[in-house]
Amino acid sequence: MSVDVAELSSRSRVHYLNESYGLKSWLLTTDHKRIALLYLFSITFMFLVGAGAAALMRIQLLEPYGAIVQPETYNKLFSIHGIIMVFFFLIPSIPAVLGNFLVPLMIGAKDVAFPKLNLLSWYIYVIGSLFTLYCVIFGGVDTGWTFYTPFSSTYSNTHVLAAALGIFITGFSSILTGLNFIVTIHRMRAPGMTWFRLPLFIWSMYATSIIFVLGTPVLAITLFLLTLERVLHVGIFDPAVGGDPLLFQHLFWFYSHPAVYIMVLPAMGVVSELIAAYSRKRIYGYPFVAFSSLAIAFISFLVWGHHMFVSGQSIYAGLVFSLMSFLVAIPSAIKVFNWTATLYKGSISYDAPMLYALGFIGLFTMGGLTGLFLASLATDVHLNGTYFIVAHFHYIMVGGSVMGFMGGIHFWWPKITGRLYPDKWARLAALIIFAGFNLTFFPQFMLGYLGMPRRYAVYPAQFQVLNVMSTAGATILGIGYLIPLIYLIWSIRYGPVAGPNPWRAKGLEWRTPSPPPKENFEETPIVTEEAYAYASMPAEKSGA
Amino acid sequence: MKARHIVPVRIYVGVFAALIVLAALTTGLAYVHMGIWNTVAALTIAIAKMLLVALFFMHMRYDKGLTRVVIIASLMWLAILIVFTASDEFTRHWSPIPSNWGPAISMQQKQ
Amino acid sequence: MPEIATNDHPGILEPHFESLEAQHDARKMGMWVFLATEVMFFGGLLTAYTLYRGLYFSGFAQGSHLLEVKWGALNTGVLILSSLTMALAVRSAQVGKSKLVTIGFLGITMLLGAMFLAIKFVLEWHHDYVEHLVPGISFGYAGPHAAHVQLFFCFYFFLTGLHALHLIIGIGILLVLSVMAWRGRFSSQYYSSLEVAGLYWHFVDIIWIFLFPLLYLIGGRS
Repeated sequence: MSVDVAELSSRSRVHYLNESYGLKSWLLTTDHKRIALLYLFSITFMFLVGAGAAALMRIQLLEPYGAIVQPETYNKLFSIHGIIMVFFFLIPSIPAVLGNFLVPLMIGAKDVAFPKLNLLSWYIYVIGSLFTLYCVIFGGVDTGWTFYTPFSSTYSNTHVLAAALGIFITGFSSILTGLNFIVTIHRMRAPGMTWFRLPLFIWSMYATSIIFVLGTPVLAITLFLLTLERVLHVGIFDPAVGGDPLLFQHLFWFYSHPAVYIMVLPAMGVVSELIAAYSRKRIYGYPFVAFSSLAIAFISFLVWGHHMFVSGQSIYAGLVFSLMSFLVAIPSAIKVFNWTATLYKGSISYDAPMLYALGFIGLFTMGGLTGLFLASLATDVHLNGTYFIVAHFHYIMVGGSVMGFMGGIHFWWPKITGRLYPDKWARLAALIIFAGFNLTFFPQFMLGYLGMPRRYAVYPAQFQVLNVMSTAGATILGIGYLIPLIYLIWSIRYGPVAGPNPWRAKGLEWRTPSPPPKENFEETPIVTEEAYAYASMPAEKSGA
Repeated sequence: MKARHIVPVRIYVGVFAALIVLAALTTGLAYVHMGIWNTVAALTIAIAKMLLVALFFMHMRYDKGLTRVVIIASLMWLAILIVFTASDEFTRHWSPIPSNWGPAISMQQKQ
Repeated sequence: MPEIATNDHPGILEPHFESLEAQHDARKMGMWVFLATEVMFFGGLLTAYTLYRGLYFSGFAQGSHLLEVKWGALNTGVLILSSLTMALAVRSAQVGKSKLVTIGFLGITMLLGAMFLAIKFVLEWHHDYVEHLVPGISFGYAGPHAAHVQLFFCFYFFLTGLHALHLIIGIGILLVLSVMAWRGRFSSQYYSSLEVAGLYWHFVDIIWIFLFPLLYLIGGRS
């Protein structure tokens, strides 16, 4: 295929980034691609705030009786870290950035179903984050990101309301995004794009959107009740007047457990795309991977009580939740098996996105398996409230979701910006992140098993070595994240110009120029082949 | 263009009349002491009214199957929330320890 | 009849949709999905309510008996009638009736909504305030199970308050639609906004259909 340099040069061609200039054209845009970038800026900012809190925590934990912060301040640090990372970074990350950018492109549509609603979603996110930043600046909140009552409703003297309101508001951003995706995927697919020709990323966005739509409203009403309780002191969660603190936990975790699948399903979707592209093979067992996303979305709503095994919940309820928690591992395992089978006899290349994808598979599997220890009632009694839990969820959230996000950002970076990033730096950063991550969190499994409780500013001296290792790892991890931040920004100006399909990947998004024009496609594409039809690409014959 | 379903006025008015009758019925039944059946009756009537509004006023009867999937899914999810939460609450004081193991071991103290 | 926007109705087909029908279908689906989120939103409150009603039935029944059935029943009738007029408003646009008919039906719907709110706020809530039955602001119930009666009233005010908020928003939406109708925006080809607003309005009615027995009719009355 001949290459038309003039066509490729993103300086001379009109595309979504240069079709209009000025702050107003960005702040009033309804183009899903620009909205994706607005989200990218916002969530990166929030990530840095949350990471700052984590850094202070890890420094405090270098010494058993560290004097970096007071215990009360430490409580605020882990609360802020959790709230920001969960609600303001991880939950929006892949859906709001990669989802917004890619969903219409991947299905052959010109935009999402409700573009103005999409912009509104971003503004709602920003307003919610302002409330939370107010909380951070003016004294913080110390209830943990879980806001358990009656501490949060009655006894805490910190800015619970600001934090709760911030999350309440941002929840509506998620709900509207999920609504937008569901209608878009149902109603705006290009001709020939049947459900089973969709990229698996779309299936995972669809499943994620179901969770957004059905779970987030319950969080909203729960925080609303918490707010009323705190302001009016009416006693819904107060045992003294007959209220039940466990009711709060039920309502909270009904959303917050599926929320963790909101955080991981999109990353799984990204991994499917990356594994296919960098093995140059169709994903093995496509229907299984597609349906497993839906199964995860459904079963995830049946397991929330596993967060409450030791809180006084009924043992019988605990039994049911434990069984369900074992079941929910099955669809995730199915995905891992299918990705592995895809790799087998694939033509594998170890570009940076692939390194992230392979890292995801390993780390997510470890995180998932350790979840089974926690799903088992008896072992959970020992491990609950310890660093084992912290390690478990960080393996999935950071080793899984964040690596999925990084892999996706790198893979689609040429499409989004029209530039290539420096390959060697990217691979180096991926390896540094992998090493730093494991050094940070593997010792925490050991700490938890040995009994170190979580959310404590101080600890017994025998745990110091492992804590120092963890902090060292966190430093390396931080450096690992800083490197892409630098070269990705650098590449926007100085990176080599990218063509429409630098990875020679399948998918409608690669059939349009990089960056795409505002309306995505010159003409509506017509889909005639299955997803990941790599065997039909001419350059791939006979193991070349 | 596909003709959209246009519901005759008489159906709308008929549904309205049925809803009023059911509302009167539920109010009237509240004055009859039936114990637990008061709640059952009230909820049954409410569900019937909901179906009338959804099927006819909201055109669910004439719409594609996807609309029904959305409604059924949301009701199912609500049921999961209520049933699982309530079942914790109401089985909390069921003790798994046999009563003849003695008061020291049994958790059958006051709830 | 062309499906694309005509000169009479400029800009009603948005550029990212292939046809008016696709746009109409997408908007309807969007509203149904939104209503699903509302089911879960109210559902959280109803879960909490179910729990406490199960635990403290006598206290809840007592609280319920302090409410006036006649106002609840009247309001139920008012909302049911408003659903009829809303359905007729949408239908009038569907069959191409004059815009005055549509505006008329929308107007009656809004009036009925306002009547509901007047009964609720003026006749019921104010009365409860005077009787010292508002938790957090002035609650002074002296009978048995006072703590549980207070819990009941928490739910009474939260549920009816949230419902009323949705009703107020609904009236606002109908006001905007009335203005649009006056400007001739609707026709038998293009009425999706009306239909979608209708879905929302009927949903608010359905919520009340459940709230009425759940709040006013707990335990047999005499």
